[in-house]
Amino acid sequence: MATFGSFALLIALALAAYNLLAGALALRLLATGQSARISPERLADTARRAGIAGFVAISAAAFALIWSVFTNDFSITYILEHSNRALPAAYKFSALWSGQEGSLLLWAWLLGIYGFVLRLTHKTDVKLYAYAGAILAAIQVFFLLILNFAAPPFALFRGAIPEDGNGLNPLLQYPEMVIHPPMLYLGYVGFSVPFAFGLGALMMRYPGEKWIKITRTWTMVTWLFLTLGIFLGMHWAYAVLGWGGYWGWDPVENASFMPWLTGTAFLHSVMMQEKKGMMKSWNMWLVFSTFLLTILGTLLTRAGLVSSVHAFAQSSIGTWFAMFMGIVLAVCIFTYVLQRDHLKAEHKIESLVSRESSFLFNNLVLLTACFVILWGTLFPVISEYVVGSKVTMGAPWYNRVAVPIGLFLLLLTGVGPLLPWRATSLRAIRRNFVIPVIVLWLTVMVALAAGVNPLKDNQFDSGNFYALIAFALSAAVFTAIVSEFVRGARVIAKQTHKNLFTSMYLLTRRNTRRYGGYLIHIGVVIVVVGLAGSAFNTNTESEMGLHSRMGIGPYTLEQVGATQDDNANYGSEWAILDVYKNGSKQFQMMPEKRVYHATQQPQTMVSVHSLPWWDLYVIYEGTNPSTGQPIIKAIINPLVGWIWAGVVLMVFGTFIALVPSLTPTGAALRVPAVRTVPAEPVLHGGD
Amino acid sequence: MGTPLHFPKEYQSVGERAKRHPSGAKARADFGRHAARLKSCPVTKRLSFWLKTAQALALAVAVCFTLGATDAGTRYNVLNHRLMCTCGCAEILGECNHVGCPNSTEELELLRRSIANGDSDQKIFDIFAAKYGATVLAAPPASGFNLVAWVAPFAVFAAALLGTILLVRHWSIGKSASVAQPADPEIDALRERIRRETGDEGGY
Repeated sequence: MATFGSFALLIALALAAYNLLAGALALRLLATGQSARISPERLADTARRAGIAGFVAISAAAFALIWSVFTNDFSITYILEHSNRALPAAYKFSALWSGQEGSLLLWAWLLGIYGFVLRLTHKTDVKLYAYAGAILAAIQVFFLLILNFAAPPFALFRGAIPEDGNGLNPLLQYPEMVIHPPMLYLGYVGFSVPFAFGLGALMMRYPGEKWIKITRTWTMVTWLFLTLGIFLGMHWAYAVLGWGGYWGWDPVENASFMPWLTGTAFLHSVMMQEKKGMMKSWNMWLVFSTFLLTILGTLLTRAGLVSSVHAFAQSSIGTWFAMFMGIVLAVCIFTYVLQRDHLKAEHKIESLVSRESSFLFNNLVLLTACFVILWGTLFPVISEYVVGSKVTMGAPWYNRVAVPIGLFLLLLTGVGPLLPWRATSLRAIRRNFVIPVIVLWLTVMVALAAGVNPLKDNQFDSGNFYALIAFALSAAVFTAIVSEFVRGARVIAKQTHKNLFTSMYLLTRRNTRRYGGYLIHIGVVIVVVGLAGSAFNTNTESEMGLHSRMGIGPYTLEQVGATQDDNANYGSEWAILDVYKNGSKQFQMMPEKRVYHATQQPQTMVSVHSLPWWDLYVIYEGTNPSTGQPIIKAIINPLVGWIWAGVVLMVFGTFIALVPSLTPTGAALRVPAVRTVPAEPVLHGGD
Repeated sequence: MGTPLHFPKEYQSVGERAKRHPSGAKARADFGRHAARLKSCPVTKRLSFWLKTAQALALAVAVCFTLGATDAGTRYNVLNHRLMCTCGCAEILGECNHVGCPNSTEELELLRRSIANGDSDQKIFDIFAAKYGATVLAAPPASGFNLVAWVAPFAVFAAALLGTILLVRHWSIGKSASVAQPADPEIDALRERIRRETGDEGGY
């Protein structure tokens, strides 16, 4: 199977190279009108078919690796290092992305899947798809070169083949780890497609905005996967790592977050190009930057440039990625300089207080956030280079620098959709903003009265301060968005004589992008509320003998038993805790600690009892070696459940936004987003 | 930014004019008349309403600040979240959950001792940095070269914000200046057609 897999990768490389060269030649012939022995159209079609065949070849290689994991073929070094006989079947799939070579194969395979779908749907726009197909082939050539020559997944083990493998990293032996990495990779790899369309459209000087519509749809799908991947990773960190948090600002986490930010910026600013023919250069560079950030993130985390707890995928292929990034950047700059006159804006922003400028500011904040994260990730390297000593850029730094920027972004989330296009008036501002502002102040007062006080014991508490602002802004933004729904639904209800809820449904169907987007914004607001809850975490830790008790918040935990178990994969010990509230038993929790036989690495399995207002999070930290008693840590994490609920709404909203809008039967049924009042003087930038 | 409030000329310096008037009684009468007119002015009424609302809100917030429980966020907890565990787990000291961790127990003990000695936050950080190296601090100190780490994000944000505002203003001024120049209706119509035929209805 190793030989089969290796040959499949070699064939895939040959096919991708043919796809690139033949595709580029065909497009060159088409562009210059030169004659050749074969018609450029036929040549381009052979390139497209080679791309499809290449996908089959990479699929065969991926199949070969998975087959080898399931058949315990320890003659392959990668299988030996990342699997063992006792590994449960579901986690055998995880072996595909648990190491460097496998994860690169997964990357190439997913790129192949995206390319396959793209090439099958080429009739949408044959020429643009031919450009995009050739660019994707170029990216594929890079990954296949690495897989064939720098990090081969089918390399054979030298010497006597061991009876059993080293096993899978325990951190990856968790149900979400079967879903989280593929989702993240689908998001990461998926940004290659908008990049290919963007660069292709620029190379061919694509007329009109159809390419941007195609790119937007691909970007939304990719963005959805990346969002899911990031949040599944957060949930995994919360449930597995056992430190009570979900985001540690680790370089690998940051690497996935940066393209998400630029991708989000693109999804917003692309509307300016669609509607007004503005920000064309900006959008092009957002597409380029997003793709480059996926490569940079991979370079940073796999080349060992920055230290990360995600050490299971580090190696020395950084030079390959650095060279590739340099080439891609050079191609982007060259193409842009050559074709920049094609990207001239058709309109300019007329007022500082308008929907257009809100998009611009939204982009500005998103890109600043991206810069902050990149800066925080790279600063230890810069510091070591400049002053010779490394520093840590941990959560305290990010909380102080990134949180204010995030709150400003939240504000824009509420303000932007309420502003009309072009310019606005004082009366329009007042009409749209009075209720959200009142809600904002009411929330401030309620939160202060409830104890969210930034002045604790006469000392300024930044956590409480940010939480207070986050709650207030969230309430205001939520009110602003809901009022938009209600305003539109009332118009529909008046026209159709249906009730408000049916009207809201009809409203959403008639403009799925706008109202799907609003649902995503509400999801973001709910996520922010959940994140703000972390300011009020409380924890306690205690050694707990039989029937000893520990109190946290309204709960009392009593240890009623501690036991052990052993299976082929791991040995485990756990405590049985009865949880009491107001003197009566409510439920039982069983936090666990495992030690995996193959790797001899420990793994925490926390026990979480989730309620809408908080999670009771209990960790079995191990036993005290001198007394043999279990050590239990309990944490109350307020509002964490809101984060996961918000993500569900974000995903739902993205699906809605992807559904084509129902065309209204008459122009009379269209609902204006925000009415302007032309009788009043409008606010221009200079006012 | 915002539409300026256009007070009628006679409202602008009522007090001054009253002072300058030769007759005090006449001035008071004038002042009273002007004050009454000022009160009945719709702009003043609106301004007064918003001022009162702002006053009420400020008062309410101030009252609320004095309410609420003060939580037991001890100095120990705050400080152990500003230090790192040095065992290689890359976790915040207060969140390191390894039983028998070779470093965190010792670090936490040192922190307890330092707090008990009455050391200032800065002195505690200095003690930790001297013993474990600069990477023990969860965030770099805002001094020397590390100051760049703190300043750069805000400087970039401020520069970008200012640049954007200036750019939009430049565009809006350019737009006003070029109003006299008629656009090519043929090209505009063509652009609109392209957008109509190649775009879709959606978006914000």
